[in-house]
Amino acid sequence: MIKRALTGAVCVATLVAGAFVGMNAVADEHANLIVNGEIEMVVRTEAPEHMENVDTIYSGWVYRATETQALQMDDFDNPGMLWVDQAAEYFETAQGPEGRSCQDCHESPEALAGVRAVYPKWDEERGVVQTLENQINECATERMGLEPLKYTGSEMVNMSALLASVSRGMPINVAIDGPARETWELGKELYYQRTGQLELSCANCHEDNYGNRIRSDMLSQGQINGFPVYRLKNAKLNAVHSRFKGCVRDTRAQTYAPGSAEFVALELYLASRGNGLSVEGPSVRN
Amino acid sequence: MKRSVSILIAVLATGGIALGQGMSPADVSYDEYGAVEVSLSGQPGNAEAGEKIMTTRGKGNCIACHQVDALAEYPFHGEVGPPLNGVADRYTEADLRGIVANAKMTFEGSIMPAFFKNSGYIRPGIAYTGKAAGPGDLFPILTAQEIEDVVAYLLTLKE
Repeated sequence: MIKRALTGAVCVATLVAGAFVGMNAVADEHANLIVNGEIEMVVRTEAPEHMENVDTIYSGWVYRATETQALQMDDFDNPGMLWVDQAAEYFETAQGPEGRSCQDCHESPEALAGVRAVYPKWDEERGVVQTLENQINECATERMGLEPLKYTGSEMVNMSALLASVSRGMPINVAIDGPARETWELGKELYYQRTGQLELSCANCHEDNYGNRIRSDMLSQGQINGFPVYRLKNAKLNAVHSRFKGCVRDTRAQTYAPGSAEFVALELYLASRGNGLSVEGPSVRN
Repeated sequence: MKRSVSILIAVLATGGIALGQGMSPADVSYDEYGAVEVSLSGQPGNAEAGEKIMTTRGKGNCIACHQVDALAEYPFHGEVGPPLNGVADRYTEADLRGIVANAKMTFEGSIMPAFFKNSGYIRPGIAYTGKAAGPGDLFPILTAQEIEDVVAYLLTLKE
């Protein structure tokens, strides 16, 4: 409580000092994230070895205003949890021609704890890197006889939020060696490619300028450990490929499609830049 | 539809200096330091119009990345580029014109977008739609005259 009040005082001071350029309240950069008073999140840690230009990785939570940060600290305040509850119902509901539910194979959502943390992941049988969404659709179509869920549609995003929620606090740990390497390399290439009429790469903003403001927004490292993300901006859960699309569009570039090989590769690469941060989804951002 | 009509007009007006449209990006001559000596529009810039472009999203929106104390009445200045206070003391008009038109000619690899360029992109889209730009869909982000207006405004930033 004392710490909260202190942070508030710092914010007021910052507001006064920054008033002439109209800055928002800046979050305490040393704040720690503990959800429901029990799930301790790693929001800053040493960068994985493969990252050449960054020493410390930070969750996007670190860059948000104190009020936004607080929304993620209690599930009753986190609007994203409403859709997690919906997905939990879906999980139990028998459907499709054979009247099967997720529960028939997976005892409970909690039985899938840890899954989110290792996706995207090489799928031996299919010979490709699969995202969690691909895996959910594999279950839906092959085991339940359903039509595939729309890649960034609400049912899929909700299910992805449910699976993230049961892995919260576990470290992201995607594999980038072995057969996944080629996909990872493609993702890395895309990360550094300057696209669109603004000629911006992911790295221009999220590696070279994290912590700097772009107009009213503070640039983060573009970590994806918090997806799906509840955004105050559109008041809903956002899939990671939807966010990619928005970012690429904002460089005045032709975007890739959600679920495309390019976005799967980019997701693997970005996930690997967050190896060591905690699974946070559904997180809250602006 | 309205777009394609204006493209047509733009195309018809190429060589448009005579029509007061100014040069096209391909006509701009940068010196070895990236500076551009002559007005892109053939006309002087208007500093007041430049201020508007500097602060308008979807135009220059220069303050998205640069702090400008003289524009403090407009909220939220960015920190990605250097502050522009006193920029007219550090650069000549030709330097500033070159930097605004295509900063990469002055600062290799700069993050700053080129505001007077319409080709040579990877996966260009139609403005902020995310859709692929076909031939004829790409316009410089600012017109020749708008570049001149921004340069005129920057020249007022003296310390």
